[in-house]
Amino acid sequence: MAFLDRSARSLLLTELLSGLRLTFSYMFRPKVTLNYPFEKGPLSPRFRGEHVLRRYPNGEERCIACKLCEAICPALAITIEAEPREDGSRRTTRYDIDMTKCIYCGLCQEACPVDAVVEGPNFEFATETREELYYNKEKLLANGDRWEPEIAANLAADAPYR
Amino acid sequence: MDNFWDGFLLPAGIIVAQILLIVVPLLVAVAYLTYAERKVIAAMQMRLGPNVVGPFGLLQPIADGLKLLMKETIIPSGANRIVFLAAPMLTFILSLVAWAVIPFDYGMVLADINVGILYLFAISSLGVYGVVMAGWASNSKYPFLGALRSAAQMVSYEVSIGFVMITVLLLVGSLNLSDIVLAQQGGFWQWHWLPLLPMFVIFFISALAETNRAPFDLPEAEAELVAGYFSEYSSMSFGLFFLGEYANMILMSASTVILFLGGWLPPVDIAPFTWIPGPIWFCLKIALVLFGFLWVRATFPRYRYDQLMRLGWKVFLPFSLFWVVLTAGVLLAFDLVP
Repeated sequence: MAFLDRSARSLLLTELLSGLRLTFSYMFRPKVTLNYPFEKGPLSPRFRGEHVLRRYPNGEERCIACKLCEAICPALAITIEAEPREDGSRRTTRYDIDMTKCIYCGLCQEACPVDAVVEGPNFEFATETREELYYNKEKLLANGDRWEPEIAANLAADAPYR
Repeated sequence: MDNFWDGFLLPAGIIVAQILLIVVPLLVAVAYLTYAERKVIAAMQMRLGPNVVGPFGLLQPIADGLKLLMKETIIPSGANRIVFLAAPMLTFILSLVAWAVIPFDYGMVLADINVGILYLFAISSLGVYGVVMAGWASNSKYPFLGALRSAAQMVSYEVSIGFVMITVLLLVGSLNLSDIVLAQQGGFWQWHWLPLLPMFVIFFISALAETNRAPFDLPEAEAELVAGYFSEYSSMSFGLFFLGEYANMILMSASTVILFLGGWLPPVDIAPFTWIPGPIWFCLKIALVLFGFLWVRATFPRYRYDQLMRLGWKVFLPFSLFWVVLTAGVLLAFDLVP
């Protein structure tokens, strides 16, 4: 009887047909696709994307050239040179991040005592040449001006947990 | 001069026009079959499929075709140039010439020959040469193994396809494809799929194997053979293989429709159905069978090679042979031989 049962099942292709029925039913289910360039998924306030150098509201740059980020960077992606400015304050003359070396660990952001270097929410900064990914101080400050509202909101949202 | 015009040029022109009338819609159908495949499989995997190029991604096949045309044709240095380039052409030509005998409606056929089904069978058997030539001429191990597999697979399943065709021929008593369709008149319960249901299933599955479609797509099993027999091809020589393969899919669907699903006949012989012209019914039925091809691809995993051979030689062959004998016996016993 078991033999008959098994033979009937395989001859009538019951398993194949139930498989086909399953895929057919899936055809009408709602799609799970996120239509990426047009729709985007949510990002955490702690998301670690492209680096920025921030400024104070009066336009003064935050970075005081303490070089903590350069020291902690495990990938040695950050290069800083500094000397006193005319008004005597300590500022960087060079602040480079090699984005091809960076591993996006966020340690520079953790190390910064003045919240100057922050990894912002931007992750769409692909370029066509390698050179464009060697960010200098100018590029980082420009990023800071561009993403300041989002970054300020993210830092405020994350502040209670720090 | 008149004689030359009436006796040669005019008929030749008419035939060329007829050929174009078949080939151009066929190539458009091939292009949109690739689109339909991506959309159907995407839907079954809860994805969206191509939707960016044109409305609903409808221009995607054109973009793909342009991309292929723009690419460089690479001929490997170790390859046999002539055979290497002849193979995709052969595949493509063979997939087109078979359409000469396909009847789209009563009398709407390019060559109404009385051995139509033999011609169809012969052409689809020749298809294996394109594959073998490609695999051999590439002078590379993966195409070679892919071609070996493909040749073995196509030959194996052709045997059972032959027997399935014989059962249909026993019922009809003619090798003419139009006669085969006309023998199924009177509504969908008169079509051959019902009296020959097991043969219909075997034919469909063999058609999948014959066109190297999933779950029998071992010749191009990307996990082990890169892309099978056309691994070394690029640009339009690859494109011709691609077109040929999809045209073959449509061809096998068309022969399934003619043999088992009543060709251009409407499913029910009453008013609203008979108003729709035959070619439209024919295309709708082909689309239905093609949907089956895609559906199967979205559902089943690939067969292992020995399972494939076992299915072809140890299951389908005896089974279809048995049905040939049974059909012949029943026809004789009840005096139904046409």
